[in-house]
Amino acid sequence: MIHANVSVEVDQSAAKNIFQDAVFIEELRTQMFKFAKLQVRDNQLAEDAVQEAMFSAYQNIERFARQAAFKTWVFSILKNKIIDLLRKEKRHTSASQLEDGPNLSGEALLEHLFEENGHWQKDERPKKWDQPDHGVENEHFWRIFDACLDALPAKYGRLFMMREFLEMDTPEICHNEEVSVSSLNVTLYRARLRLRECLEDHWFQKEKS
Amino acid sequence: MIKCKHATQMLSEKLDRPLSTKEKMALAMHTAICGPCRQFGKQMETIRELSKSYAQAKEPEEK
Ligand SMILES: [Zn+2]
Repeated sequence: MIHANVSVEVDQSAAKNIFQDAVFIEELRTQMFKFAKLQVRDNQLAEDAVQEAMFSAYQNIERFARQAAFKTWVFSILKNKIIDLLRKEKRHTSASQLEDGPNLSGEALLEHLFEENGHWQKDERPKKWDQPDHGVENEHFWRIFDACLDALPAKYGRLFMMREFLEMDTPEICHNEEVSVSSLNVTLYRARLRLRECLEDHWFQKEKS
Repeated sequence: MIKCKHATQMLSEKLDRPLSTKEKMALAMHTAICGPCRQFGKQMETIRELSKSYAQAKEPEEK
């Protein structure tokens, strides 16, 4: 499907290699799909967003000689597509309508972590994590990270991902999701508490013991 | 003097909004004497970095 243009022949061939590397493309698609799925929570919408992002990237392929640059770029297109989807979806469900979720998500989690007097419960005090990046290249770490994200209540996960993955700023999230700034701050706090707890229990402490 | 519960919330909010001078001072005083909250603050930043690299750090050619 490449409509080669003689003048860009050289670049095109470098670029074509990116798409000819079937393993690279397949793994990239899988990662993109997982990333989109976490946030839009709908297989079809996620699949469409990935297709569209891949297609836009493909149309501009001659700009990329290296896989890493291509990947960064295609993910940035995907992020924008997800933001658009979430904006549209706002009409149906905004985070303000989602439940906090059961179990240790809100108040109960705080009670579990802190004494009544506001100090850490002895067993729950954060312990030093090893090198922040020691898990980054480890597939097993990312599986745990995924599982911890999945375990967040829907509302927490959605707002957390808007803030941290899509890097949307606070006013935009509040506007889009019809939540107040203070409620957003509290939700992000609880999402991070929970994620921290999950990562510590399943990765950082486990490694040490 | 603020408590750990309050301090941890500020350590999270620091990532979403600029803290006031008063809040910054209260937080600095607390973390100066509280190791667990110091760790917590570092971990909040780690979680942010991890989230940033979630989509992009994993190069498929690395096995
Ligand atoms: Zn403390």
